[in-house]
Amino acid sequence: MRARSQSLFDRRLVVPALRESLRKLNPRHLVRSPVMFVTEVGACVAIADVARESLAGGAVGFGAQVALWLAFTVLFSNFAEALAEGRGKAQADALRKARTKAFANRVTADGGSERVPAESLRKGDVVVVAAGEIIPADGEVTVGAATVNEAAITGESAPVIREAGGDRSAVTGGTTVLSDRIEVRVTADPGESFMDRMIGLIEGARRQKTPNEIALGILLSGMTLIFLMAVITLRPLAMYSGVALSVTVLVALLVCLIPTTIGGLLSAIGIAGIDRMVQRNVLAMSGRAVEAAGDVDVLLLDKTGTITLGNRQATALVPAPGVEMRELADAAQLASLADETPEGRSIVVLAKQFGIRGRDIRQLPGARFVPFSARTRMSGVDLVGRAIRKGAADAVRTFVGADFPAPVQAAVDDIAASGGTPLVVAEEHRVLGVVHLKDIVKGGLPDRFARFRAMGIRTIMITGDNALTARAIADEAGVDDFLSEARPEDKLALIRREQAAGHLVAMTGDGTNDAPALAQADVGVAMNTGTQAAKEAGNMVDLDSNPTKLIEIVEIGKQLLITRGALTTFSIANDVAKYFAILPAILVGAIPEIAPLNVMRLGSSASAILSAVIFNAVIIVALIPLALRGVRFRPLGAAAILRRNLLVYGVGGLLVPFAGIKLVDLLIHDLLGLV
Amino acid sequence: MTFIGFLQLALFVALLTALTRPLGAYLGRVLDGGATPLDRLLRPLERLIYRSAAIDPAREQSWPEYASALLALSLVTLLFTYALLRLQDVLPLNPSPDALGTPLTPDLAFNTAASFTTNTNWQSYSGEDTMSYLSQMVALSLHNFLSAAAGIAVAAALVRGITRDRSRGIGNFWVDVVRITLYLLLPLSLPYALFLVSQGTIQSFGEYVTAAPLEGHGAAATQLIPRGPMASQVAIKMLGTNGGGFTGANAAFPFENPSPLTNFVQMLSIFAISSGLIHYFGCTARARAHAWTLWAVCLVLFLAGATALWWAEAAGNPQFHALGVDPADGNLEGKEVRFGVFSSALFATLTTDASCGAVNAMHDSLTPLGGLVALFNIQAGGVIFGGVGVGLYGLLLFVILAIFIAGLMVGRTPEYLGKKIEAFDVKMATLAILVTAFGILGFSGWAAASTWGTSQLGNAGPHGLTEILYAFSSAVGNNGSAFAGLRTSTPWWNLTLGLAMLFGRFFVIVPVLALAGSLAGKKRVPSGAGTFPTAGLTFGILLAGVIIIVGALTFVPALVLGPAEEHFLMHAGRQF
Repeated sequence: MRARSQSLFDRRLVVPALRESLRKLNPRHLVRSPVMFVTEVGACVAIADVARESLAGGAVGFGAQVALWLAFTVLFSNFAEALAEGRGKAQADALRKARTKAFANRVTADGGSERVPAESLRKGDVVVVAAGEIIPADGEVTVGAATVNEAAITGESAPVIREAGGDRSAVTGGTTVLSDRIEVRVTADPGESFMDRMIGLIEGARRQKTPNEIALGILLSGMTLIFLMAVITLRPLAMYSGVALSVTVLVALLVCLIPTTIGGLLSAIGIAGIDRMVQRNVLAMSGRAVEAAGDVDVLLLDKTGTITLGNRQATALVPAPGVEMRELADAAQLASLADETPEGRSIVVLAKQFGIRGRDIRQLPGARFVPFSARTRMSGVDLVGRAIRKGAADAVRTFVGADFPAPVQAAVDDIAASGGTPLVVAEEHRVLGVVHLKDIVKGGLPDRFARFRAMGIRTIMITGDNALTARAIADEAGVDDFLSEARPEDKLALIRREQAAGHLVAMTGDGTNDAPALAQADVGVAMNTGTQAAKEAGNMVDLDSNPTKLIEIVEIGKQLLITRGALTTFSIANDVAKYFAILPAILVGAIPEIAPLNVMRLGSSASAILSAVIFNAVIIVALIPLALRGVRFRPLGAAAILRRNLLVYGVGGLLVPFAGIKLVDLLIHDLLGLV
Repeated sequence: MTFIGFLQLALFVALLTALTRPLGAYLGRVLDGGATPLDRLLRPLERLIYRSAAIDPAREQSWPEYASALLALSLVTLLFTYALLRLQDVLPLNPSPDALGTPLTPDLAFNTAASFTTNTNWQSYSGEDTMSYLSQMVALSLHNFLSAAAGIAVAAALVRGITRDRSRGIGNFWVDVVRITLYLLLPLSLPYALFLVSQGTIQSFGEYVTAAPLEGHGAAATQLIPRGPMASQVAIKMLGTNGGGFTGANAAFPFENPSPLTNFVQMLSIFAISSGLIHYFGCTARARAHAWTLWAVCLVLFLAGATALWWAEAAGNPQFHALGVDPADGNLEGKEVRFGVFSSALFATLTTDASCGAVNAMHDSLTPLGGLVALFNIQAGGVIFGGVGVGLYGLLLFVILAIFIAGLMVGRTPEYLGKKIEAFDVKMATLAILVTAFGILGFSGWAAASTWGTSQLGNAGPHGLTEILYAFSSAVGNNGSAFAGLRTSTPWWNLTLGLAMLFGRFFVIVPVLALAGSLAGKKRVPSGAGTFPTAGLTFGILLAGVIIIVGALTFVPALVLGPAEEHFLMHAGRQF
């Protein structure tokens, strides 16, 4: 599942897509897209007209070419859709291969076990999985703990621990137990497992049109009807004017005017949007969720793991009066040598900056490590004649049995006020100084949040810290707001409050107690390492379990909508040039005086019409890469994005076809002499 | 194109701008139930109306209720007008029993009743030889007030839909119509009519006058000069963008439009309420910058049309120049010389922009390009300021479409002033826009291919086609002005035009009200930096582009076969 940036026109994808685009000519399939359905009917009508003409012994060269290109218009659109689907299919096949036929050891009512095929497992069954075996179905670990290789779904080969109880109890069918033995209660019936859903989603088998796609479809159908009316009534109006219009010409005009560009690429854009999520290892449970991601304007971000690196780190040392910095660093390091917590390790690292080399505690004579306990709230080391401790200020105060010197107390207060954690170091009754532990904000976040602000998205940090600490980190990370001392129910209440004010909220979560909030949020991204409950509640799952990815998810959602809007605008703007190509061409024969309207100076009437039709068909192919990759997303405010895109796709849409049609005309009329 | 013309155009724009704010503010009080200076006078009357009609003014209507009320009122008044026109010979106030002693034929009565009910005021007749004073004052003027009030009411309902938060109701139709008529249309019309009288517009129940013409007209040694209660009708015909003239010559007739001053004021009053409504919308929706952007788009489209039409008329017809007509005179054919090229061109632009339909020159005699501009204005959907109310709700439909099409490009589900635009809303907006295209092209195509259509043409060739196109554009767009070369008082024409008018009015109003209801029920989403910007130059250009491309592009083939072809043929030396 990793590193699947296939080239767009990979041969392995193109060939099946070509076959598929023929199969998709089936009207029952095409009727889902009214614009392309009308185009197909138009192509059939044109072909019938050519056949009739040839039976009557007339010239069919021009008509046949038009009919051919009309058919190509439909095929190109089918090809775009098939290509988008094909990319998903390739990924789904890879998944399917991973899902080899498995057997399960089901625990029977009498406590024994029986060997059954994995497909026969039902919700509620309990199975035993030992080292080296494949977990037969999605489930929850009820007994034991094991290391599990989940590469089949995440692509990550490093094993993860799965254990009964807590937030790491969910296992996925198709993954492999590497060590130990666990009992798993099955939570999904066959065909409904996570892997099945994943395959289904990627293949687009259960793809439903999203609300926005439906609305756009209505508009496109409406425009198709309008132009259908314009073309149908053109016949009597032209008859009145003494101009006889052939069916082929009318069909050509119709197909050029209806929004075939967006109509032909609409479904490919949607499929590609979900596909882009998959490429970033995010599974959206529906296209609706991808779309909602674009609308989100409030992001709830958990502090730990999303905004800060998981743990606090030592960043500074403040020696007490009369204590050398080196002495403090030495004591702090000694007190932390055996401390395997990230905080402890960071102190050892920090001390090295002051010239203290790392030492092995076992080589120190008579050293005895004093681990952290909730009672003493200190840790440290006892050496011969020396007892060194580090810990919370009040605990150390009790240890030394006296108040701190004023500068030390001041340092403690300052560090606490800045949102950090002060750790006081003492040797026997002497206070040596203070270690400044602080949360480390991930690199580049303030910048990223500033871009979100420009896009109108508010970021809210959620943390269990007190308000003081929370404010300091919030300021450093550049989030707009924070919720401190947050309990799960506070999170839910915050989401409800934001939604009541009309905002759309996205959040990430992994624990069972996150489930209600994940379900309430408009976009809830569950971490794959999280519990089954969390995964069920959210509408997306991040296989990498990287909470920062929420940001990319929003960008993909926006990109999807922007691509749709851009191609719609482009498609509609194209009509102006097509009118200028076709109208003079079909009328100039009967009314030579209107020749000045042929502003492109196209070679002949037949060439003008054919050029417009060819341009109309080829532009679909030309835009497939854009439809599949998406319009490049820029984190700007709406006004700037609109100005830019309107210029590129609106004004561009007006001008490009003038050049394009002229070019095709030069090619087929002047160069090849086809018409 | 003269300096004095530009000066008048500038003065027109300046006065229109000055009128917009106060009118918009006053409209807010009328439509949202605020206090007005006229309360002391009219409040008792308003209450009396509610009590006698059993209307509970506090009761909000859902959109189907609102639409039903509007349809019911339209149907009843349509039948009333039909009956009155059919019985006018036996009813009083017939000025000249000899001339007007006959009832209208059923088809003409239907056409006229439909025409006035829909605020179209298409006239397949000349008032002075067809209508009794009673018909003019009651059967027709009733609609001049009510159809204008209904149009404004629908606009107000849509504005409420946009501005309300999770509301079921969109106002009360009866209250809206009563308040608009009582507090807006009547108080404006009354002093307006007096002003017209002061300028020489007549207001009389006297019989027609038989006079001897100054120049002898061969055998016809006498001339019958019509009179009637004109001033009262002219005032509301302009204010309410109705446009139906008391006489066939409409605003070209000296008794209806006696002086340059009345001409200027009449032009201003065509746009006044529509312009004020845009400002009212901005105030109510707390989106003044957005509303001024809409206003500016209207102004730019209006000015573009006005200068194009003026230019075409000033350039004149090369074939006349070949005959020795001074090119500096421009095209004076069909124009009232009192007004000349500029005032006729400006009037023609205004009346087609605003779906008013009053005319002070023969549109049939416009140059081909001048006629094309007039036709384009109507086909753009009557949204360039547009008819009272109709213009605003038509414009808002285009705004919603523009936001939906381009709104996706900012990466969010399109939202308009905090309301998400979803499938149902797009469906209703699209439906409403479909109506114009279907009505105009469908009926025109039918007429162009039928004997009933082509046999009544006054001119051959593309000019004849333009006459057909113009007639149905005017009918579906509820404009009412005519390319008068067409003889439309035949049963077929009366029937099809009548149907086209009803289609163009109610098949737009019902989707608009449905849209209002749908929007009213939605939550208002707060706006932020990620929200689609609806004010400023970018949005203005976008909206203008959508109006031109989505609204009018459909008609390009027809326009090419009609006025555009005629233009090229005119320069090739042919005329029709």
